[in-house]
Amino acid sequence: MSKAQKGDWVQVENVVLKAGHRAPQVPEDTQDCDLKLWVKGIADHEAEIGEEMEITTVTGRKASGKLVAVNPRYIHDYGDFQPELLKVELQLKELMEGGKN
Amino acid sequence: MKLDKSYEAINARKNEIIKNAMQIDYDKFELPGIGFDYEAMMREVGYSLEEMQKIQLDHGVGNTPLIELRNLTALARKFAPEGKGARILVKDEAANASGSFKARRASIAVHHAKKLGYKGVIAATSGNYGAAVASQAAMNGLKCIVVQECYDNNKVGQPEILEKQRICEAYGAEVVQLTVGPELFSTHLSLLEDTGYFNASLYTPFGIAGVETLGYELAMQCREKFGKDPDAVVCTNAGGGNLTGTARGLIKAGADDTKVIGACIDLKGLHMTSDKDFNKKSCTTGHTGFSLPFTTWPDRSDCPRNAARVLRYMDELYTIKQGELFYITQALAILEGYERGPAGNTSLTAAFSLAQKMDRDQILVVQETEYTSAGKHPMPQLTFAKANGIKVLFGNPEEEVSGKTLVFPSDPSLIKARPYDMEHGRKSYIKNCVKNYKMTSATEADIQFIMDETQMDRDFVVSELQGKGVTIKA
Repeated sequence: MSKAQKGDWVQVENVVLKAGHRAPQVPEDTQDCDLKLWVKGIADHEAEIGEEMEITTVTGRKASGKLVAVNPRYIHDYGDFQPELLKVELQLKELMEGGKN
Repeated sequence: MKLDKSYEAINARKNEIIKNAMQIDYDKFELPGIGFDYEAMMREVGYSLEEMQKIQLDHGVGNTPLIELRNLTALARKFAPEGKGARILVKDEAANASGSFKARRASIAVHHAKKLGYKGVIAATSGNYGAAVASQAAMNGLKCIVVQECYDNNKVGQPEILEKQRICEAYGAEVVQLTVGPELFSTHLSLLEDTGYFNASLYTPFGIAGVETLGYELAMQCREKFGKDPDAVVCTNAGGGNLTGTARGLIKAGADDTKVIGACIDLKGLHMTSDKDFNKKSCTTGHTGFSLPFTTWPDRSDCPRNAARVLRYMDELYTIKQGELFYITQALAILEGYERGPAGNTSLTAAFSLAQKMDRDQILVVQETEYTSAGKHPMPQLTFAKANGIKVLFGNPEEEVSGKTLVFPSDPSLIKARPYDMEHGRKSYIKNCVKNYKMTSATEADIQFIMDETQMDRDFVVSELQGKGVTIKA
């Protein structure tokens, strides 16, 4: 979806600290990155992806930022089958069936 | 007037923000010199054990089963010398509301926030504590914001943390997600300032005291089932609250002879605030990146004084490897029929090795499990590791290099709990006292405080201080 309507569930992105203006103790590779923030809420108005958007979060807080997703999906899952885990399973079964201690 | 929200400006207002967000007068417990009255803080700010048990039982927390892992014990005995191989028991903390022992901490913190009249709570955590606070806030009708360190610069996040986001949102919380960096703390402060919510920190006296019920319960259950106290209890150790609370609960139960052992995952070599290293960890908690800094300097939290102080209680600390953790997580499912989240099995992995050194009639209790789900499971975590260039091998886990390889043991005999040098830890703590308080001299009160903090005698403390150029004024 490239557009959000007022009332849609959306995610916005913000830059909290610019690269080079990070906390002094962070290592160089992190110092080269912006500190970014994402938060979800209900769209206060219509906007295209990439445009500024004001939202109201589920705690009733007002937030704003660049619109990055509408009805954002949870992308984590159970992953690919891992043959290593099967190998462990078979080894454990063999060890346990190979006589009681 | 609009407040200055720069990193420096927020940090400059830290003390005032924290005070408003907790209403704890920490100054009251400060002693002249470097120390503070830890027990007075725990007594006056906390709740009694009975009060906590009631609050927890009213909110779906506590009374979790203590289960004997007979098959895992039998497996350990196959690799143990004659007469060795202690009975391994586990406290199934996944049975708490929200699926982990963290509900014990959150239940007390959220209850306290409600009692003080706060409208909402905020917690800064990427872990199970977020789910626990969100769940307890839902039960108590309070609003909840969870602040997470979640993504690298490319908005790629570990599956385990993405799951924590989902579960917090499932309990009706607002989740604020950030890229890698310690500035999470200033965002946390800024939100506390804007909302006026309660700081449900992991490190408050009542947050830590909430875990005392766990130590107390397991001692009572062990006595009931086996007629004696556990010989040892293993706790996964990161920020220190789990171990501190459990140990205090054991003491309250009178289990004075029970050894308290910490365990954490060895992630040596990975920088905790590096954007590039962030997604090379296959475990997001229970690791050396938290455990060692917090052990040797507890006062690095979002409270002026951290109530989690493990050197006061910990007898031994061991590290284990990521490959060993995933092996034991699989063994728990295959041999015992309990599918539980990997991070919580850190202590179980250490226990598998430690039991082999203990007598057969001894009892070793692993004091937690955590829920498992999409993301929080060896399968997605290994998938993610491989996608980040980590080689997954079979061999000797000793050779595992954090961020490069993840080595499953070729057989369970290779699973080892590797001892951390506790004396080195105690010396580091004293070194940090000297450095952080710019100590040039020490009074008797300072020496006494360090003795309590490190469980060491006067001679040891004095000699360490003198070795660092500190004059003794006692």
